Amino acid sequence: MLKNLCRHVSKDYYPSLELRRSITNKSDNKWTSVVGLEVHAQINTVSKLFSGAPTNFSSPVNTNVSFFDCSIPGTLPVLNEKCVEYGVLTALALNCRVNPVSTFDRKHYFYADIPSGYQITQQRHPLANDGKLEFQVFTPGFHKTPYRTQVRIKQLQLEQDSGKTLHDVDRSLVDLNRAGVPLMELVFEPDLKDGEEAAALLKELITILQRIGTCSCKMEEGALRVDANVSVHKKGDPLGVRTETKNIGSVRGVAGAIRYEIDRQIKIKESGGEIENETRAWDAVNKTTVAMRDKERQQDYRYMPEPNLPPLHLAMGPVEHGCVNVDDLRKSLPELPEETRSRLRDDFGLNLEQSIILVNEKSFLELFEGACRSRKLQGKLLANLLINEYTNVLHKMDLEPSQVTFDSEYFGEIVELVQTGQISRNIAKLVLDEIIHGNHKNPLQIIKENNWMQITDENELIKLCQNVIEENEKIVTQYKSGKTKVFKALLGLVATKSKQRANMAKCDRILKELLSK
Amino acid sequence: MNFLPRFTKSLRLYRLKSSLTATETSAAAQNQKFLVPQEPVKSKIDPKKLPPRTKIDADTIALLERLSLVDCANKQGIETLEEAIAFADQIQQVDTTNVEPLITVLEDRPLRTRQDSVTEGNCRAEVLSNASLTEEDYFVAPPGNIPLEARENLLYDELQQDNKPV
Repeated sequence: MLKNLCRHVSKDYYPSLELRRSITNKSDNKWTSVVGLEVHAQINTVSKLFSGAPTNFSSPVNTNVSFFDCSIPGTLPVLNEKCVEYGVLTALALNCRVNPVSTFDRKHYFYADIPSGYQITQQRHPLANDGKLEFQVFTPGFHKTPYRTQVRIKQLQLEQDSGKTLHDVDRSLVDLNRAGVPLMELVFEPDLKDGEEAAALLKELITILQRIGTCSCKMEEGALRVDANVSVHKKGDPLGVRTETKNIGSVRGVAGAIRYEIDRQIKIKESGGEIENETRAWDAVNKTTVAMRDKERQQDYRYMPEPNLPPLHLAMGPVEHGCVNVDDLRKSLPELPEETRSRLRDDFGLNLEQSIILVNEKSFLELFEGACRSRKLQGKLLANLLINEYTNVLHKMDLEPSQVTFDSEYFGEIVELVQTGQISRNIAKLVLDEIIHGNHKNPLQIIKENNWMQITDENELIKLCQNVIEENEKIVTQYKSGKTKVFKALLGLVATKSKQRANMAKCDRILKELLSK
Repeated sequence: MNFLPRFTKSLRLYRLKSSLTATETSAAAQNQKFLVPQEPVKSKIDPKKLPPRTKIDADTIALLERLSLVDCANKQGIETLEEAIAFADQIQQVDTTNVEPLITVLEDRPLRTRQDSVTEGNCRAEVLSNASLTEEDYFVAPPGNIPLEARENLLYDELQQDNKPV
């Protein structure tokens, strides 16, 4: 069961045995690690934060640029109302205190991809502060059971993105398509312990943001960027020097980068060295972090209030006038992941692990809810079929759950047939295999065509078991002489002989009866 | 937190002043109250209560040069900077208890926003027209930031500076 759970998350997820052992050994070591994340999420709007230029990905170079984005003199920023709306929605979903008044600041630094020389952000009075996110930590294969933890959100602010620079040996090429794109910066407090907790937090955050529709969370498109701050110290000592790791392109990359960084820092400290407060980049190919050379040591950002933007007022409670109404937005929040998990456990009888896996994988949840819509199904059975049989088939074909669209009606039909005993679970797996390979017929047709209905007739089963006993004298003698383990082999033979159609529960009983004679 | 009264008060003062200069000798002006002080006013800044003068050390001036790219790492430059800091220190003697910092006089006006729709962009030729060097529609820039290297003799004195051709 555990191995199947591991396979549901793609192949790289399952850490090797040596790696797991080395990590568990750290628990009796004296080192504690502290991790804090900084997440930049691109707000899912059509136009940019302060200009009317488009934000779509992979446009031709420098076509999504307005005069304001390339800092032509005489242009002024005008705030996009939807960005504020989405920022507030996200703050509410993360249990933050939304500030009724927030201001914009300029953060100055020189780089080729910010033509104005500064980034408009909200450093002093951000949109929201003091949020809290509770989530489950459970990596199948790594953790035995899920556990719950919580992280505080220091602040949520709106800010501009910079352009993109392509580095060459003797020059840089700058594309300003991304310059001015709206971002939400989420600063988390360093409440996390290790890379797995960080990955779990990120997964929960992505699920929430996709649910409320404020961010597409496509890390490969740069819509979600994560920087990890890592430090280690001995129990009882003050916090150690932290390093910042950038350029992480996936959720598992976050876990890997943090794990590597913790190990690296511990090695340096144990050999007597000191950790340098630096910025490092994650090399996903070699699975290491490397020091970034192009970072100046001392950066003075010279923060100053943005003179072209008056403060942002939000309507909430007794205050009626504002850019957006916070109370209305709070009412419009959809069901959040933690609520869905509770509902699956309370209404459908799923256990904690099942509820976590279903909510984490969007396509599973859709299949589950679609199948339950028109039929009365046993929740636990449906969940098990999704998590085990369905995942196994996908894994054999090297597919991710998100890449497949499976008709939830058909799935419901298959589960119903298993529930009523008309097919066995192994046959269900074969049917799933057929449909995913492109067979467009409905499950019942497929079963009838292949003659896969379950054999439940007692007499037929007795005959089957009898045949197996007669054909395998050697194994039977082994069993009768005390080697009870070979019973499984006999059962397997019955299954194969019946072409996976026999009702295994009944065969188990019948075979035992026959052998005891 | 209403700052309008203060703003309008200074506005009235300005109007009053300008009307005074225009009609200084007119009969109407004689009836108005002069708000421009007739005697020089003594500064309320107590030089004894000023914080000690900030000394600029070599590392700081090197950093300032690197950030600003202004040639100021010489005796005269440091002297000027320290004077400026001492002058600015005077403001700390102003009593600001119970007064919120004013960032903008527009603080109680609504921030104007726009709807989320594409109204600009797609003007690549114009965007690139000011660039001196472009390549395949990209802007060409030097390879990354090259920080200014600190000079060896940072605090070279005035004599040498005077002898250098300007």
